[in-house]
Amino acid sequence: MSAETSFSKAPPAAAVAAADFLDTRLGVAKAVKGLARKLFPDHWSFLLGEIALYSFIVILISGTFLTMFFVPSVAEVRYPMDALPVTMRGQQMSEAFASTLNMSFHVRGGLLMRQIHHWAALVFIGAIVVHMMRVFFTGAFRKPRELNYVIGFSMLIMGLLAGLTGYSLPDDVLSGNGLRITDGVVKSIPIIGSYLSYMVFGGEFPGTDTIPRMYTLHILLIPGLILAMVGAHLFLVFWHKHTQYPGPGRTHKNVVGYPLFPVYTAKAGGFFFIVFGVLALMGATMSINSVWNYGPFDPSLVSAGAQPDWYMLFLEGSLRLMPGAAEVVIGGYTLSLNVLIPAVVVPGVLFTLLGAYPFVEAFATKDTGEHHVLDRPRNVPTRTAIGVAILSAFFVLLGGGANDLLATQFQLSINAITLVFRVLFFVLPFVAFIVTKRICLGLQRKDREVSLHGHETGRVVRFASGEYIEVHQPLDEYERWIRVGHDVYRPLEIEPAEDLNGVRRPGHGKDKIRARVSQFFYQDRVEPVTPAELAAASAHGEHDALPALPADRPSEELDARVH
Amino acid sequence: MSIEHREHVGEVTTTPERFENPGISPHRPRLSDEDPRAAKRAERQTILIFTLSILATVGGIVGYFAFPIQAPSLGNVRMSTLTLGLGLGIGMLGIGVAAVHWAKSLMSDVERVEERHVQRSDDATRAAAVEILSTGAAESNIARRPLLKGALGTALALAPLSFLVPLIGNLGADWNVSKFRHTAWAPVNGKLRRLATDPSDRPIKPSDVTIGSVVHVMPQGLPDEPGYLEEKAKAVVLLIRLDPRDLNEPEDRKDWSYEGIVAYSKICTHVGCPVALYERQTHHLLCPCHQSTFDVANQAKVVFGPAKRALPQLPIALDEEGYLVAQSDFLEPVGPSFWERER
Repeated sequence: MSAETSFSKAPPAAAVAAADFLDTRLGVAKAVKGLARKLFPDHWSFLLGEIALYSFIVILISGTFLTMFFVPSVAEVRYPMDALPVTMRGQQMSEAFASTLNMSFHVRGGLLMRQIHHWAALVFIGAIVVHMMRVFFTGAFRKPRELNYVIGFSMLIMGLLAGLTGYSLPDDVLSGNGLRITDGVVKSIPIIGSYLSYMVFGGEFPGTDTIPRMYTLHILLIPGLILAMVGAHLFLVFWHKHTQYPGPGRTHKNVVGYPLFPVYTAKAGGFFFIVFGVLALMGATMSINSVWNYGPFDPSLVSAGAQPDWYMLFLEGSLRLMPGAAEVVIGGYTLSLNVLIPAVVVPGVLFTLLGAYPFVEAFATKDTGEHHVLDRPRNVPTRTAIGVAILSAFFVLLGGGANDLLATQFQLSINAITLVFRVLFFVLPFVAFIVTKRICLGLQRKDREVSLHGHETGRVVRFASGEYIEVHQPLDEYERWIRVGHDVYRPLEIEPAEDLNGVRRPGHGKDKIRARVSQFFYQDRVEPVTPAELAAASAHGEHDALPALPADRPSEELDARVH
Repeated sequence: MSIEHREHVGEVTTTPERFENPGISPHRPRLSDEDPRAAKRAERQTILIFTLSILATVGGIVGYFAFPIQAPSLGNVRMSTLTLGLGLGIGMLGIGVAAVHWAKSLMSDVERVEERHVQRSDDATRAAAVEILSTGAAESNIARRPLLKGALGTALALAPLSFLVPLIGNLGADWNVSKFRHTAWAPVNGKLRRLATDPSDRPIKPSDVTIGSVVHVMPQGLPDEPGYLEEKAKAVVLLIRLDPRDLNEPEDRKDWSYEGIVAYSKICTHVGCPVALYERQTHHLLCPCHQSTFDVANQAKVVFGPAKRALPQLPIALDEEGYLVAQSDFLEPVGPSFWERER
């Protein structure tokens, strides 16, 4: 029974009345007509962005719960003697910390919501990062989607800020030391650093203003901005229509998929509940940020082996790997390059590279067409290699952030680990670049081979002449299209510096740079098989006349016939 | 330069230069498309999963009432969190899994095709837009009155100052960043400050500190003073006793220690974490945040890690009653470096 035939019944009168009410006031029929059957292509990797969106909604819901019980104040209180947990009774602490304990132990569902909130935040940023990797490696950022890429990139930055401000709120020992590190980083900024530190903390660290201020940023300003950007991001997804993976029937001019109503209403809507469900189960069964184990913030305490939330780990690693010798005093002024480079310059470069990448690639290709069919990463070896190189540097920083745990878990010298990571940070990206590019080119050659000669079948046949061959199964046109349908860029050839009359051409210098970038991107390439090549490869005579799969008789019999 | 365009340029041959897009591959029906029994089974499975969700939600609510949280019962906290969480989790998961199962097994999976429209407006629309804007600009007379334009721009640029100046002006309280240079160890009214334990605030005699031990100390009476946490964040000090023979002291610091007892700032010179780990064998202090390592036997100089400067040393002595006191404040700013530090 297909969906079409089941709609023959007349809709109930109440629904008609409601629809009429809405349509005569808002014209909703027009929106339904325009949007409800909009098509969306299907692929598991398109769910990554949805995970980010849905975990953000879970963050908003669980966060609203938490705001009802959290007190954003560092006023000193003594924790009541009849309250849980026992270890905290009678301790001096801030109201922020006390209210965090109270909502965990004396509000039913409070601990659950705290844990869901924290897990959802970790998943939120994780999903953004993985979604961004998908967008990067498949070239979904290409025209016309560059601006949406920038919006998404800004949401990543906002997400990090949301995480940093939220992590600091409970005012426990760990979050306090996180703020202490923030203070040290801010102070390292030349000229204005000391004043910026005063600005952040309302005076000297830790001060009494930080937590109320961070609270406002965390629950109002940052989520408001993210929400606005989510709106813009989704609007543009609708406006451009979703990208699609290459495949038979897919072109830059069409979109192939299933309609929003009912298929995606059910699938994407259902997926929201799946994400919510998984996060709720995580919150129910996996404890996270048990602040009563750390105790209230005290500037003289720290716990060994402490790790920040995962998305801050690369910064932590960056700080750990930098040698201290980089701090210099110039003309009596201290320039803390040992802090400034790892905490400001390294993430700055990393994020600038990522944010600017679509424009760099567009510069190299000079391509002004719209792209709606995604790239298979192997078909753009240089981009894929750049992405993996950046990721490899990122992973070295993550490793650096965990160097103390690596040392204690694997009985290694922390100094040796740190030295190795220092070297790897510079070496690994180059190695990753070369290796990835070679793997991509190899995969493309494999695609060519399969397109030309078909799949191996494992059937070996002997000819009357005594020659053995393996029978190959040629691809059908749908399967072949995936391997031969893509376009390949070639390095740009620039016009000569002077025209026929010997007059210098304006813009030649820029073109020379462009040619060099283009050369870097597209010099090494494997072009897809053409029909002519396939025809030539098929002209092997009797080998190709063999049926690839014997339809109804065992292979021995067929072999005997060939003999 | 998309390669698609080159298709028609090639020489006259029978084979095209590129393969043709074969169009969407034929639809393969699912089991539930062809077998009504499979469709019925999928329907029953969907209903079952929805039912699980309903039961889980009811179970979670029952858990809310079954496990009231009253002190002192950690068990109820645990059970309440678990039942509410499982109820919420399975309740949500059930809806999601059932909806997706429904979509995948019972809703049409025939792919459809829709045309895309290029983002660029056609030339006529563009021309019309330019026309509208230039008409509007002409009607506003802005092009012919540059002073007006300038006045508008200046007013717009300045107006936010009324918001920003008081905001930024107040954010940093008194902006007196020279506070970074002073700690609570400075003598009060000529009276040297005693070293005291944290949190009991008891003064310390040299005999309380055995060789190899390490205690963190504060100026006595600090907890009762205003700005306690801010002062503590600068003043906290590690008191360590070494065998005097292990201690390598330069001439000008010979009288900063007392019989092998030395006092160093606990605040890391990297980004300010408390330097909490002491290794007795090597006399090394390690900061757990970023692993800067300081050699206590050698004026707490950096031996490894991202810190550049040694931990500042607090000169100590005995007062008339035999308690340890600070001879003066630190002679350099403690904690992370900042721009004006050396001035």
